[in-house]
Order: sequence, then C-alpha cells, then structure tokens
Amino acid sequence: MNQDNIAINVQRAVKRYGTFTALKEISLSIYDNEFFTLLGPSGCGKTTLLRMIAGFEDVTEGAIQLFGQEIETLPPNKRPVNTVFQNYALFPHMSILDNVAFGLEMLGRSKSEARAKAGEMLELVQLSQFAKRKPSQLSGGQQQRVALARALAPQPKVLLLDEPLSALDLKLRKAMQIELKHLQRETGITFIFVTHDQEEALTMSDRIAVMSAGELQQLGSPRDIYEAPRNMFVADFIGETNLLEVSVDDIQNGRATCHLGGGHELTCNEVQGIGVGAKVHMSLRPERLFISEAAKETASLRGKVVENIFVGTDISTIVDLADGPNFIVRTSNSDRGNKRIFEPGSDVFVNMELGAARLLVD
Amino acid sequence: MFGSKRRFDIKSYPGFLPVTLLCLVILYAPLLVVTVYSFNASKSITIWEGMSLRWYVDVFVGPESEKFKVAAWNSFVIAIIAASVATTVATLAATGMIRAGKFKLRGLSFGLISLPLMVPEIVTAVATLIFFNAIAFERGLMTILLAHTAFCIPFAYLPISARMQGIEDSYEQAALDLYATKRQAFTKILLPLMAPGIISGFLLAFIVSLDDFIITNFVKGAGVETLPTAIFGAVKQGIKPNIMAISTMLLAVSIVMVTVSYFVSKSDNTK
Repeated sequence: MNQDNIAINVQRAVKRYGTFTALKEISLSIYDNEFFTLLGPSGCGKTTLLRMIAGFEDVTEGAIQLFGQEIETLPPNKRPVNTVFQNYALFPHMSILDNVAFGLEMLGRSKSEARAKAGEMLELVQLSQFAKRKPSQLSGGQQQRVALARALAPQPKVLLLDEPLSALDLKLRKAMQIELKHLQRETGITFIFVTHDQEEALTMSDRIAVMSAGELQQLGSPRDIYEAPRNMFVADFIGETNLLEVSVDDIQNGRATCHLGGGHELTCNEVQGIGVGAKVHMSLRPERLFISEAAKETASLRGKVVENIFVGTDISTIVDLADGPNFIVRTSNSDRGNKRIFEPGSDVFVNMELGAARLLVD
Repeated sequence: MFGSKRRFDIKSYPGFLPVTLLCLVILYAPLLVVTVYSFNASKSITIWEGMSLRWYVDVFVGPESEKFKVAAWNSFVIAIIAASVATTVATLAATGMIRAGKFKLRGLSFGLISLPLMVPEIVTAVATLIFFNAIAFERGLMTILLAHTAFCIPFAYLPISARMQGIEDSYEQAALDLYATKRQAFTKILLPLMAPGIISGFLLAFIVSLDDFIITNFVKGAGVETLPTAIFGAVKQGIKPNIMAISTMLLAVSIVMVTVSYFVSKSDNTK
C-alpha cells in the first residue's frame, strides 16, 4: 500500500433515491495498491458506494476521483475499473476463455492478443484446462475465479469486488480469502472489497471502512477497528464484546477510573473527548478478560459463574455480576493449563489488563 | 422427488384413464381423420378406396392449383414479413419495458401491449376494417399485411418479455463494466441471451398470421386470398379431398414450427 498515491478519493459523496438518503456525505481516500474493505450490515450503503465508483449509480452530490481524475460523470465503460459481481455475471453463452477475453476485445485489442492474455489470466487462477467450457459447467468456486480473471484481464487501476465470496461454502471461502489477498499482492492492483462478514474483512484488509445507515462509522486498520472501536456500533458489529454503561469518576495520568453501579469499579486508558462525569459506553472484549478468585487493581467486578460453554477453540464463561449485567469471558483452550475453569455457582472476580477496556465516544 | 413420487401419483386417481382418452380423442381424432383421408384414392371424403397421393398432386397441378398456389404464396409472404416486423417491435418494446428501469405509465404500457390478446377477434376485425375505410386505404395485400403485423405484436411480445425478465441486469452491467458500449452490450450479450425468446416469438407470430381467418377476411381486397380464406372459399362449394391434403400440409408446417419452438425454448443458454 502506497500512502503517497491516492487511487480513489471520495469527496462528500451523497446518494439519494427520491426522499431516501442511502449515503450521507461520505468522504474517504483509498490508497494505491491497498486492499480496502467496505464493511457493514445490509442496507448500510456499502454496495451503493461501490456501484457509484463503478459507474452503475450516479452521484447525487459530491465527487469521486480516480488517481486525481474526476470520474463521477463518466459512464461505466469509460472508467478504468472492473467489477467482480456478487453472482459473478459470467456470460452464459460464451466460453470461459471468451469471457475473460471480452474486456480486452472491447478495448480494441485483436482477438488473438485478447485470447492470449486471457489464457495467461486463466493460468493465474489455475483454470487453463477449462478454457473451452461454458460457465455452467464449472463449480461455484471455479466460476468465482473466472469472474476474478475476467475483471483482472484488462488490468484495471482499481478492482471492485461486491461480496464475491458470499455464495461459497465456509471452507472454500476461507481458501479464497487467502487467494484473493495473494492475488492483490501479486498484481499490485488496488482492491475495494465489499462484505458484511467482519471476520472476512479482518482477515484480508489493509484498511477497513465500517459503515452503517449510510454513514462512515470508522476507518482504520483491522487492528485499530477491533481494539480501538470509536463507537458502540463498531464495537458491537466487529467481533464479540461486552458493552457496559459506565460513569467516569476520575482521570489521572491518562487513566480513567469508572464505575458501573453495584459497587463495580474499573480502570482503563483515557480517551480523548471523554472527561470526568461523562456517562458513556465501554467495550470489553471477552478474550481479554480473565476470571480469578481475588480482585486485581484494574477492576473489581464481583459475580457468580452462570455457565461454561464449550465453543471449540475457546470456553465462554458467563458471569452474572452482583447487581449488574452478565459478562462473557473467553478462555482459550490452549491456555487451559494456566487458567482455571470455575464451576457454575462459584463466586469469582472478572479481571483484565489495563487497556482491555475501551471507552466509546458515542 | 424420490420420496413423494408414489403418494401423489396422478395415475392412481379414479377416472384418470377414461378422461385422458376422451380428451385425446376429441383433440386429435378429427386431425387424424383428415390426415388419413387426404391419402384416400376416392373422390368421396368418407369412403376409403385405398392409398393414393392423387389429391396432393391435384393441389399442385389440378384445376384449382393456381388459386391455391397464389393464396399460399400470399400467406407465407405475409406471415414472414408480419412476424419479422412484429418480432422486431416486440423486442424493442420488451427492452424498453424491462430494461429501461421504472417509468411512469409502465403498467399502462404493459396493458396496452397485451390487451389485443383479450379483445374478441371479430371486434378487432371490424375496427380494423372501419379504420382502413376511414382513411380511405385501398383494401388489398397491404391491408392484410398491416393488420397482421399489428395483431402479431402482442403474440411475439409474450415469449420475448418472459425471456427478458429471466435475464438479470448484471450481465449487461458486466459488459458495460468491461468497456463495451451500450450497443455492444445489447448486440453481444443481451441479444444472444434473448435469442430463444425472440425465435419463439417469431414462430408464434408466424403461426398466428398464417392461420388467421377472421381479420384477413374483413380487410382483404376483393379477389385477394390467403390460404385460410381460399380454403374457406373452396369449402363453401363442398368439401373435396384436396382440401384435406392442403390441411394436412398446413398441419405439418405447424408441427415443424411448434417442434422448433419447443427445442429452442428448451435450450436455456442462461443457465
């Protein structure tokens, strides 16, 4: 990823359908050679934004630039970007090779040149032996790779991917995630990937834009988004978390002491914009909590174990805080030697390291 | 498919066999009789006197052959031109109705295209005749052609629009995304995908035109005949076996058309 070179610059883009506003003034920059993901629940406007970049939706207000050039008024066939569609949209009456060669032919290359290049692309996605088949004779995963080869063949400046993995089963999806990431590195093309699957976004992206209700909620690296969510929506949407309402009692040396009623107190890092007396939400990732018999200095959360749930890699323990909400604590199964699993009914304290709790601005 | 196939087997319902046979007899016995008796050597239409092709020869070289040849020629020329024009118009209409997004009066447009299918043909015939009279259009082959073109459009439109609705927008978008112009997206992607619907539409329009009697009879000029009006004219003077030979040939043409149409629509190239 090349931060000096901006591939796509979206400036205050608005999309309205009649009286409904699908996108509310979105501004963001996508760097050259970046794997960028638009993440959000269905109806959040992520696909609309992608289609605006592709040229299938016009921009109600604002501007979109591709390497500095205004593109929002250009028709799709004049934009040097290509799309991998959710349902692949492979031309059913053409062979795989002709599908992949289509873009190059439309760009005016000779048939033989286009086919030679298409052959190379099929090699890249390891489907050379299927060149003469029709799309219907391929499996879903193979069709997906053909769609990818077809979109990459004209060497677009930016590749747009509209939930391309959603139709695949879990195993294949995981394999394709890695393949996509490799392909992005190999080709050096900027990928803009749309998904509602947060795990997929975390796995593949250089940066993620979390969207909800037509607004950008947070933009950052997967780690930023996961560990330092800006608001409740992001904290809740990405991964599993414990959301608490807390009051900030004191701030000293960058540490905020908070309480959540019922005599429970905990300390966490200060967050800019949140002062003493503020009533805000706090996010606590279950895997960063642990259970002990005694209180530690960063928190005093007393409660009773309700249940231990085995979820494969982890054990989820539900703790009912005295006069407080239920907590979920995750213990990795690989740590089992070091951490005790408390039987339901045990009186325990929920503890954490400093930095495990995160105050949310809104 | 495996589990439920015995429980609801329609063949086990009482009366299935007799009802089926009755329907088949009513539908096909007359056609069968006409076909068999067209090969009769006798001059009578009811008495079998042995196998012969004499009535087929009679159709082509007999005393009435000239009349039937002209009528058949008229019928086929009109059917081909009317079906071609109607199919083109219907294809454009379907493209506009289904591909142009939502527009005002779309529901009304659909109604206006399909309504002629529900109007009694005699009403259309009378109205068309009055229209041609009102604009002082001289009746002849041209009036038949115009009338046929018009009433064939809804017949051609139905299979074409049904087909088009089954084609997702994303194919066209993918073509545009891959640098095709709108025209290229239409000719290289949409048109080939629609081809089965267009061919079905054409064949349906062709058969409807070839077979039409009522409207043709109203708008044709004096002395201008198509095959159906010529047959009707001949039958009025008594049914001769040569009519059965002509009918059998028409039946053969229809069967060929329907068969082609069936196989074309079965070859679903979007899957």
